[in-house]
Amino acid sequence: MDTAMLIEKSALVLLLFLISLGVAAYQTYFERKLAAWIQDRVGPDRAGPFGILQPIADGTKMFLKEDFIPAKADKWLFIIGPGISMFTALITSSVIPWGTNLNLFGRDISLQVADFNIGILFVFGVVSIGVYGIMIGGWASNNKYSLYGAIRASSQMISYELAMGISAITIVMLTGSLSLNDIVQSQHGMNWNIFYQPLAFFIFFITSLAELNRAPFDLPECESELIGGYHTEYSSMKLGLYLFSEYTSMFVSSAIMAVLFFGGYNFPGMDAFSGNTLAILSIAAFALKIFLFIFVIMWIRWTIPRFRFDQLMHLGWKVLIPVAIVNMLITGLVVAWNQGWM
Amino acid sequence: MESLTNRKKVVSDKPMTLWEKIYIPAIVGGMMTTMKHMLRRRKTIKYPEETRVFAPVYRGQHVLKRDEQGRENCTACGLCAVACPAEAITMTSAERVKGEEHLYREEKYASSYEINMLRCIFCGLCEEACPKEAIFLTDRIVTTEFERDEFIYAKDKLVEAMDDRIDITKRQFTGKRTDK
Repeated sequence: MDTAMLIEKSALVLLLFLISLGVAAYQTYFERKLAAWIQDRVGPDRAGPFGILQPIADGTKMFLKEDFIPAKADKWLFIIGPGISMFTALITSSVIPWGTNLNLFGRDISLQVADFNIGILFVFGVVSIGVYGIMIGGWASNNKYSLYGAIRASSQMISYELAMGISAITIVMLTGSLSLNDIVQSQHGMNWNIFYQPLAFFIFFITSLAELNRAPFDLPECESELIGGYHTEYSSMKLGLYLFSEYTSMFVSSAIMAVLFFGGYNFPGMDAFSGNTLAILSIAAFALKIFLFIFVIMWIRWTIPRFRFDQLMHLGWKVLIPVAIVNMLITGLVVAWNQGWM
Repeated sequence: MESLTNRKKVVSDKPMTLWEKIYIPAIVGGMMTTMKHMLRRRKTIKYPEETRVFAPVYRGQHVLKRDEQGRENCTACGLCAVACPAEAITMTSAERVKGEEHLYREEKYASSYEINMLRCIFCGLCEEACPKEAIFLTDRIVTTEFERDEFIYAKDKLVEAMDDRIDITKRQFTGKRTDK
């Protein structure tokens, strides 16, 4: 590894880190605006023109609040919890291909921090660790509501990760690779996976909502029953980190859904461009797809109510997993037929 | 029974069909509803920048009018105080002495006139009762205060200033009196 590559990757990592945080901050603003519009309100509009400085004001407020640790809480775990949540939310963005190669200073720079040959596996692994942040936070708070939230989060994760994994396997079968870069390149020319695997996408989308703890699957933090769930005891920027990590993982999940099913940075008519123009346009196309996913996720949140816990478990184990397995088997048969193995 | 409204809805507990069980049509329907609300025009009035337009007959803070020559109309007859359902008005009368003809229109006037704005219900009956077109309710809002006694408005706040006359031409009780 030469020095230039080290600099280039470090710059990309730093940029991704800042972009993820910035997008997460403005997601909070967008979410509040969207909720307001859906409820016939105006939303935040006092801080700056149209309220666009609202996230900065919120962040400042978070920093100025008292950082409280309950007397009976497990102090170290209590501090580590939000950190794990944020870490896992941010690290997933390292395997996502954000665009075609950019040519800067005579070097071809890949807009992917690490092109693992097991990209999808890495994503699932990291997302699974994400539940530890919630679990540890809920456990360390020494509060029954927090613990309930944490237990709900972990049982929900286990139930929905299976269906999520099985629906993603179909994409691996079609592409024949676990690398996210290969998956994106195989969808070149409107060859998007959504046209071949609509059912898998549907299951993946629903389970993503569950993994993100977003409505209608926001049981770990349902305010009406659990007073905020796993982050009941948290205050100041620790609470801010939990909320931030939720928005960051929403951003990253939207990116992963775009990569797996909607062609990643591919867009119709991309062969007409080349070089840096293509790179910038591909980044823009990818950003647009991510934005649409975020919009739909928020739109769903402000439309439908929360599931009851038994309904959630019923949907996960008795509906999504069987459907995902049938879908996987059919895909497997078709792939085998096309390859001439049967 | 004959339904009284058109909102009657027969409920039943028949099991859901498969179409209903998969929820998706209902969820999509709900999302269409929220989308409709999202695209709707906001009706919010952003208060400090925009203010709501008052109705021409809005009943706000009272004014004690002067006539064209700047003399107070009020003769302290007490009909407003009698008409007041909240008993918010008190006054004392005095006789006009020589040299005060430019201040008071008739030979009796109110030496003090107080309205307790905390008692007042802004019904406008004082305005209706007044035979001299002296008291009117205006489109001004009674301001907030920290002390209760600051809400007792005396003549210094009620009588219109000579150089700042209050326009009450929109009031429905103006110009109807023949006995001015």
